[in-house]
Amino acid sequence: MPDDAAAQREFEARIAAGETVEPKDWMPERYRKQLIRMMSQHAHSEIVGMLPEGNWITRAPTLRRKMGLLAKVQDEAGHGLYIYCGAETLGVSRAELIDQLLTGKAKYASIFNYPTLTWADIGAIGWFVDGAAIVNQTMLAKASYGPYARAMIRICKEENFHKRQGYEIMATLAAGTPAQKRMAQDAVDRWWWPSLMMFGPSDKDSPNSAELTRWGVKRKSNDELRQRFVNLTVAQARAIDLTLPDPALRYDEATKDWHFGPIDWAEFDRVIHGDGPLNRERLAARNEAHASGAWVREAAAAYAAKRAAESGGSAAAA
Amino acid sequence: MQPPGGAPFEHAGSVHAVDAEAALQNARDVYARRGEAVNIWVVPTAAITASTPEDVGPFFDPGNDKPYRHPQFYSVPRGVRV
Repeated sequence: MPDDAAAQREFEARIAAGETVEPKDWMPERYRKQLIRMMSQHAHSEIVGMLPEGNWITRAPTLRRKMGLLAKVQDEAGHGLYIYCGAETLGVSRAELIDQLLTGKAKYASIFNYPTLTWADIGAIGWFVDGAAIVNQTMLAKASYGPYARAMIRICKEENFHKRQGYEIMATLAAGTPAQKRMAQDAVDRWWWPSLMMFGPSDKDSPNSAELTRWGVKRKSNDELRQRFVNLTVAQARAIDLTLPDPALRYDEATKDWHFGPIDWAEFDRVIHGDGPLNRERLAARNEAHASGAWVREAAAAYAAKRAAESGGSAAAA
Repeated sequence: MQPPGGAPFEHAGSVHAVDAEAALQNARDVYARRGEAVNIWVVPTAAITASTPEDVGPFFDPGNDKPYRHPQFYSVPRGVRV
């Protein structure tokens, strides 16, 4: 390691003391790299996450649902931007990160490679996927890197609306006609296990966890967060009479935890390595959106240049 | 951004934009969707002059040798609330 050992010791002492690391502070190259990886994957997930839901905006069953879903998808775009901004403070450019997403070099949350087949899937995403994201992001709001932690605080405030709009959709369907209830249960059956996979591999198989924990980026393990999510969700499912598709689910009086059955990590590996139901479609959709927006970016730049020339001043780039 | 109620401006984040006007609109869309602000400033990054982490010692020297900046330095007669 070329890093100065004394600087590294001082850095780790600061983290141990609970101080935040700020953009201009000295940090080990490895810390910088890990954060760029983690934050850009997170930002990409927010952006790709708009696709499965965007699929249903034009088909939302009522105007109320449509307004809610539109606002949620707009929030996801905003969340992507907060985190890209945070990642940029580590010395990487936005264009570079977006290029990594569009060329398939960067990863994003594997759950967004599953299809949204029915309206109930929009409910399941809000309830499970945003619910799981809240558990994860509440932990990340205490991450050692200041810009990341601050972006998470902002995001957590908004995610509660996402989760509640999803849960309300599910509660409404579950209390509806038998066909509506079947649709809700079918969505639960398909989204439950991929949602548990969102927390990442079990701690013993997670390649990055130990280092990220030592550096205070992660304050809780993947398994702890997953358990917390299961514990929160079981009661919510019961309240609206939907069944989580896990015959092994049982309450442990001693630990106060809901034990759950084994997760199919082979499926997780397949999806994360590009072989999920919709990996190719998602990337193609992002590429098409980026290419179709080129004229807007060019027109805005041309307009700004023209205005700057007219006023004789310089174009400001904030 | 300035929150409602006269609180001081606080840094919210950064945006990309072709010019100041677009930056202001982007800032509103990204950072003020729920009434978080009644005022927004946008400033080009290049126009910011900032201290550096190396400054922390000397630049922000708290002047602990200057206790006369604090109220506890001054004594008042016993029993009087000042």
